[in-house]
Amino acid sequence: MTEDHYRDQPLRPYVLTSGRAQPSRNWIGVDTLLIAAPGAEPLPVTASRQEIALLRMCSGLLSVAEAAAHLALPVSVVKVLASDLMDSGRLQTRSRAAMAPDLALLEEVLSGLRDLH
Amino acid sequence: MDSATSTDHRYLPETVQRSVKILVLGGFGVGKTTLIGSVSEIEPLSTEEVMSDASTGVDDLTGVGRKTHTTVALDFGRITLRRRIVLYLYGAPGQRRFWDLWEGLAEGALGVLVLVDTRRLEGAFDVLDQLEHMPGLPFAVAVNHFPDSRAHPVAELREALDLPAHVPVIDCVAPDRVTSLAALTTLTDHAMRVLATREGRS
Repeated sequence: MTEDHYRDQPLRPYVLTSGRAQPSRNWIGVDTLLIAAPGAEPLPVTASRQEIALLRMCSGLLSVAEAAAHLALPVSVVKVLASDLMDSGRLQTRSRAAMAPDLALLEEVLSGLRDLH
Repeated sequence: MDSATSTDHRYLPETVQRSVKILVLGGFGVGKTTLIGSVSEIEPLSTEEVMSDASTGVDDLTGVGRKTHTTVALDFGRITLRRRIVLYLYGAPGQRRFWDLWEGLAEGALGVLVLVDTRRLEGAFDVLDQLEHMPGLPFAVAVNHFPDSRAHPVAELREALDLPAHVPVIDCVAPDRVTSLAALTTLTDHAMRVLATREGRS
């Protein structure tokens, strides 16, 4: 595991997203949870390799960042792909990003953490 | 979803409904990934986030508009709490040039744990400076004790870091699960107090 590793990358990620840098659903964050929609139509034959891989990865529940890490894709690319898959009804989400936790949630997190001690 | 995925440890229990996150920020080599690894239920993962590099974006005289895209590694782990909540822990470098990255990450975060190495306090200054400008984001300082670090009284550290009195300062040993969990617990408890005060229910 490298820490604080960074480098310049020649390949621009939006090559993988048909030139789009922003997902159509801009609330998708790194911690948005993804799961394939049950019974959705299979992807069209024109689907990209990355779309196919992401949908397959989402056969179980996991976050945008986790999917990105497992697929070795930048988070920004996964956001765009996930957004497309949601638009076509193939992917569902739980837990929207950027929702600040309320007191009830903080209390539950605190009790949960204390359970682990 | 089915038996094919239930045995795959990559996936969360399907009972999980909410995700929350804590940012672990600090200078190079302060032990962010170590701390995350000591409490995470999965091997810490790493993903690359692309930052279009405004800070180094020197105008290109040829007019081709060559822009540097810097990728920053984001290490993270997770803890499932009571089968209903997943807590993600993101480690990000605290240096000034990564602010864009972690300011985006900080959106909706429960809080920030600033990890400090007493042998190199200056690594924390950039983070603390920036947090001053984000008053809505609760934070706590965790002092990571390395085998050769000198014990500093908390009061001395507070002064050196110019910390307000209400900011918790906790000792931890990043590879040790118990002290790292305690640091997360202290931060969460603090975040609750901050929110309760703000909502006038303290």
